[in-house]
Amino acid sequence: MTEETKAMEVQEQERVPEERTERMRDKACYLPQSDIYETEENYHLVLDMPGVDEKSIDITLEKNILTINGFTDVDAPKGYSLARAEYNIGDYERSFRLTDQIDRENIEASYEDGVLRLTLPKAEEAKARKITVKTT
Amino acid sequence: MFPRFSTPSIWREMDRMQREMNRLFNDYTPFRYRTAPSYPALNLWADEESVVLRAELPGLKPNDIDISIDDGDLTLSGHRMREELPENATYHRQERNYGSFTRSIRLPFKIEADEVEATMKNGVLTLTLPRAEEDKPKKITIKT
Repeated sequence: MTEETKAMEVQEQERVPEERTERMRDKACYLPQSDIYETEENYHLVLDMPGVDEKSIDITLEKNILTINGFTDVDAPKGYSLARAEYNIGDYERSFRLTDQIDRENIEASYEDGVLRLTLPKAEEAKARKITVKTT
Repeated sequence: MFPRFSTPSIWREMDRMQREMNRLFNDYTPFRYRTAPSYPALNLWADEESVVLRAELPGLKPNDIDISIDDGDLTLSGHRMREELPENATYHRQERNYGSFTRSIRLPFKIEADEVEATMKNGVLTLTLPRAEEDKPKKITIKT
């Protein structure tokens, strides 16, 4: 049971205390909507980041903070005037605090159709083990 | 605040802010009191000859989206699939939505349905809708 609760600590942390410099982009910044799910082998992170170019996605892992940045580059069509705006365009940023139970070297990411997917493999010692009862 | 847009009239800006505030507050009201937001959210640009429409539809393939045009009415519908989870997977957090959606809007003029261009890039749908020829304003020259 203790194993279980420990694993649940891959929880998101809303804002990491700022150590870096301030954002200098003249744009809104959004928290992408995210799903987190766990399988036997991995943790999976799924983030909606529409309008981001694959090359502009920046994923960094510093200590145990995983930070995902995506920069949008969608411009308003030229020569038109805005008739109705229901959503705003901006960059994306979100940070997650990882437990020690993640194999940091083998984190994988893919981006398709505006959705970023990260696979965080569990460290060997964190994987569930089957214990068989020996009979004597 | 939004340097990318050409200076809109103050009233349009007020409208936009109101809509944005409504959306914002909707996010924080308890679920049972929420009004279903119109999905997808649309951004629209127009000139005399055509309309450009954009919607953020992350995770959808071009085939998942149905676009139909009837004169000046445009209907967008589709389905966002639920994430296919392997067996024994458990969710720790689920913020992304899934399900079917339909949205209709009335465009400012009749559309030449055969010449509509639709593109999908990085989860953003862009539609370019040209105005129907018969609907274009006619210039009348004054004879001397």
